[in-house]
Amino acid sequence: MRELKILSPTAILGYGFPMASWEEGMRRKPDVIAVDAGSTDPGPYYLGAGISFTDRAAVKRDLAVMIPAALEAGIPLIIGSAGGSGALPHLQWNREIIEEIAADQNLSFTLAVIPGDIDKKTILSSMEEERISPLHPAPELTQADVNAAAHIVAQMGVEPIIRALDENAQVVLAGRAYDPAVFAAAAIREGYDRGLAVHLGKILECAAIAATPGSGSDCMIGYLGGDYFRVEPLSAGRKCTTLSVAAHTLYEKTNPYILPGPGGILDLRETVFTQETDICVRVTGSRFFPSDVYSVKLEGVKKVGCRTISFASTADPVMIAQIDEITPAVKARVRDNFSGMDDYSLDFKIYGKPDKPGTSGIFAASSVGIINAFPAGADSNLSPESADCAVPPTGADCAVPGATPAELAIIIDAVAPTQEMANTICSFARSTLLHYGYLGRISTAGNLAFPFSPSDVKMGDVYAFCVYHLMEVANPCEFFPIEYIRLGCCI
Amino acid sequence: MMYQLSDLADVIRSKNSGPYELTFDIIFKTQAIYEAVIKSEAINRESFAALYGIPHGDVMEIVHFDPAKAIKITIVRPICSGDLRETDVYGAQQHVPLMAFSVKMEDAC
Repeated sequence: MRELKILSPTAILGYGFPMASWEEGMRRKPDVIAVDAGSTDPGPYYLGAGISFTDRAAVKRDLAVMIPAALEAGIPLIIGSAGGSGALPHLQWNREIIEEIAADQNLSFTLAVIPGDIDKKTILSSMEEERISPLHPAPELTQADVNAAAHIVAQMGVEPIIRALDENAQVVLAGRAYDPAVFAAAAIREGYDRGLAVHLGKILECAAIAATPGSGSDCMIGYLGGDYFRVEPLSAGRKCTTLSVAAHTLYEKTNPYILPGPGGILDLRETVFTQETDICVRVTGSRFFPSDVYSVKLEGVKKVGCRTISFASTADPVMIAQIDEITPAVKARVRDNFSGMDDYSLDFKIYGKPDKPGTSGIFAASSVGIINAFPAGADSNLSPESADCAVPPTGADCAVPGATPAELAIIIDAVAPTQEMANTICSFARSTLLHYGYLGRISTAGNLAFPFSPSDVKMGDVYAFCVYHLMEVANPCEFFPIEYIRLGCCI
Repeated sequence: MMYQLSDLADVIRSKNSGPYELTFDIIFKTQAIYEAVIKSEAINRESFAALYGIPHGDVMEIVHFDPAKAIKITIVRPICSGDLRETDVYGAQQHVPLMAFSVKMEDAC
């Protein structure tokens, strides 16, 4: 079986790549170029707002190199999770960039666009038919969450992409896709082993991150054979080692041996990593076991309010020593002043306190029971007891005696149902904290140093994940219709 | 001998594994150290839960991954990524308590 060559130019479309590395990749005569554009890592906002977390000019730069090169070489270019989150607005955003490039460079080609949005009716009826299950530790799906969702997408597998390749698409722009799918699709279409193809895709989806030194903005190439694959970087100075490649298999995964995906499980329990050359690693033994029922992963978010923040600092040692008494007192003052307004969240994010490990940040947040404290929708009834945390941060008990930090950074974080209400809460908390008369106060002109004017920043809409579930489908292509668009001049 | 994990490992990192899980990777300096740490049983459900102040049941998996001489721990994320009171959306800065984690074991160095 001849080797199939897959070029991965960059870890995320828009993260860029050096031209020397790219040109070396194209000299190797790849059979397909694939790039992943997506992640849930940047949080729920981008899926909710329909905005890309990558920059438009940076995405256009990458595609303006890739598209003409792929056309000239006569090989497909496959883009997954368009616009970062892969919902319709993201797809449209990326499609417009591609259309601009086609016009700018006078290119003509067939573009396949594959959306992955799932309509609410489909999800609700699937719930009734018990074809939806939570991905532990996500909670059970509720009808209210489905109805409140701003966007819900499903991660497509290789099958819709293979279908687009069958129809001779030259550029495939996929909505939300399982990260390895864009890398594995062409190989699986040509009959290569699915386990090896998907495992290779898992490595290539982050491009040169799996090399050492790693980089998210440099190219990697994979060579897939009948019973093995090889990966190597394309920049001088980088290499793949068995450790760098195996370590990447751990990255962002729950269990590195058993990796569930659309339609089955990738099993790496018998995978062997071998150093083939100084820079190239050979991998064997990765297996794919199809599941009885094909399932896709759903991702959805809902709007929970609007945010306004204010950034400040204090270097006053008298204030720093009392910060854990002062912020709850300010919260109480805000609550008292706006007693009719109880559906907001006010949080002070304080940086620089000598907290004991595990008592600060998200681990402290969990101990005050704030999760899901802020439901959205017309029937929302936000609890001031839970949303406006009256419990002092646990860090108060844990400060190391005598270890007074030189300065604390403070972010006042207000979230409320409307931007105006968030502005009000943030503004009032800021002015109250600025002039709060704590014990032994010496600096009576003001407690805070503000680096900016204006001091308050409107952050806009706030979203929360509300759908993270598996949905059984009758057919892997069922919810992924393909639109073919002929760009450029007619033939 | 008592060792700090940061003396035994080349990589100690944390990251989201989806929005509802947080996963930690400890990649040890040598195969001998990796095996000695496993033998010591120092990293277990109870010790990890105590280190982060979470219930034992929230430690989902502790996996020994021989190809990378790594121990991987996955926990229920204390809050879903991006929820109110979030301080680390990517989950990439939750590794620090592990750096100072003490391991009592036979001398592997």
